[in-house]
Amino acid sequence: MPRAMDLTAQNAHGVISRVVREEWGRVLSALMSHCRDLDLAEDALQDALLEALKSWPVRGVPDVPRAWLLTTARRRAIDRIRRSTNFDKKRDQYELLLSLGDGPEEGEACQPIPDERLKLVFTCCHPALPEEARIALTLRTVCGLTTGEIARAFLVSEPTMAQRLVRAKRKIAAKNIPFQIPDEDLWAERLEAVLAVIYLIFNEGYVATSGSNLMREELCAEAIRLCGILKTLEPGEPEIQGLLALMLLSDARRPARSGAAGELVTLELQDRALWDRAKIKQGRTLLVGALVKGDIGPYQLQAAISAVHSEAQSFQATDWNEICLLYERLYALQPSPIVALNAGVARAFAEGPEAGLAALEDPALKEALQTYQPYHVALADMLGRSGKAEQAGEAYARAIQLTENEKERAHLKERWAALSVG
Amino acid sequence: MQYMFLIYNAEAEEPAPGSAEFDEMMQGYRAFTEEVREAGIMREGAPLEKVDTATTVRVRNGAASVVDGPFAETKEVLGGYYILDCANLDEATAYAAKIPTAAFGSIEVRPVMDM
Repeated sequence: MPRAMDLTAQNAHGVISRVVREEWGRVLSALMSHCRDLDLAEDALQDALLEALKSWPVRGVPDVPRAWLLTTARRRAIDRIRRSTNFDKKRDQYELLLSLGDGPEEGEACQPIPDERLKLVFTCCHPALPEEARIALTLRTVCGLTTGEIARAFLVSEPTMAQRLVRAKRKIAAKNIPFQIPDEDLWAERLEAVLAVIYLIFNEGYVATSGSNLMREELCAEAIRLCGILKTLEPGEPEIQGLLALMLLSDARRPARSGAAGELVTLELQDRALWDRAKIKQGRTLLVGALVKGDIGPYQLQAAISAVHSEAQSFQATDWNEICLLYERLYALQPSPIVALNAGVARAFAEGPEAGLAALEDPALKEALQTYQPYHVALADMLGRSGKAEQAGEAYARAIQLTENEKERAHLKERWAALSVG
Repeated sequence: MQYMFLIYNAEAEEPAPGSAEFDEMMQGYRAFTEEVREAGIMREGAPLEKVDTATTVRVRNGAASVVDGPFAETKEVLGGYYILDCANLDEATAYAAKIPTAAFGSIEVRPVMDM
């Protein structure tokens, strides 16, 4: 029997976990297409994983781990249905699973396993599920993260996360959320929902300012991996490329985003030599490939803004006029107060703080963002730059009041203090 | 799988009988009912009398109390329902969007428990 990898007892667990995580979504989605029951599919795959942990260290990792896992999980699914109390209701799935036979043994040529992950993504990101559940389910089923890993990343206890996943799966079954690619008339809306989940996963990892939490950093990597899978499955969608480019360009700045004490370093003060040039190049290439398709959406525009920043030698040398134009186009597609805020900040750098202030002090915007911390930070900064120290102080006080992160509060207090000195 | 479509509307905002909008809504309901009948998925469905005809019954400690009106004062009230056989939630929500009241009220889509 050929061995793809030799395993010693020490590294067996690590190797198996890695292989399983790589293959999890692919195998789970294939199982789902047979048994149409996410709970059953997941339990059966979990059984197969336990068997892998016993068998692979002794017999080696199979040539096609995916096929081994699928065959083993199918057998376990059959066992589970046999033992289940509502066997009659599952007779159809049972017969289908039996008819698939045992599949190839190790070493035998195997049928290619159809990639059903896209269906699984659309099921997990269905708008009829609560947002938190969509994120957790996608990470569990498509990315193959364990419940414990997801719990740590979202700073909740493992039982809480397990409960969230159980409820979500129950909802899928009870509502009969389909396992299918949405029809053409639903496609755009559902794809948007999927991309939103991926971007939420990324931001959950990105916004966390404590650099010590590895699991949260891993969320960024998982979001990028997931988007890469989606891009492979659906190469014609420019917004998928746009989101992937946006995440790569943002992630490229990660090494410069936190200081020695873990504090957040704003774009203006970042050491640009620390930016990951390879990721920037990758992101830019993807973005160009998306833009030439001529179907420009919000993710492509946000990636384009990020790309302009990544090109600039310094904050001062940034092409702020270009950034203003891109924000205008983004606002036309997504007229949200947060986009208006960012557009206003860009105008301040392009045309001077007064122009930015005029945009930010728009009464409707002020009203909409009155509890949005970044608004008050930007307002304080612009007032400070316009020499309106007293008003700037008020804005800093409000911003600090709205800040939960201790390090960021300290940072804002410093900026406030610098204002009265300068 | 059977789904129940609970049609909620704000009676005050509903088109008044006799108006062109009312006729249009009724025409919409006839067309919808026709469509689900032809698709062979119609199980049941009916409009309800206005909520001021409702009577609420509760039994507490063995004694029944019967009072006029709905359980709680809410803006949107149940105005009718359908039970349709749909392949999955996406099919069900696509039908829900075609119910005329969806344009000004809301449609709650609930799976019927398989007993």
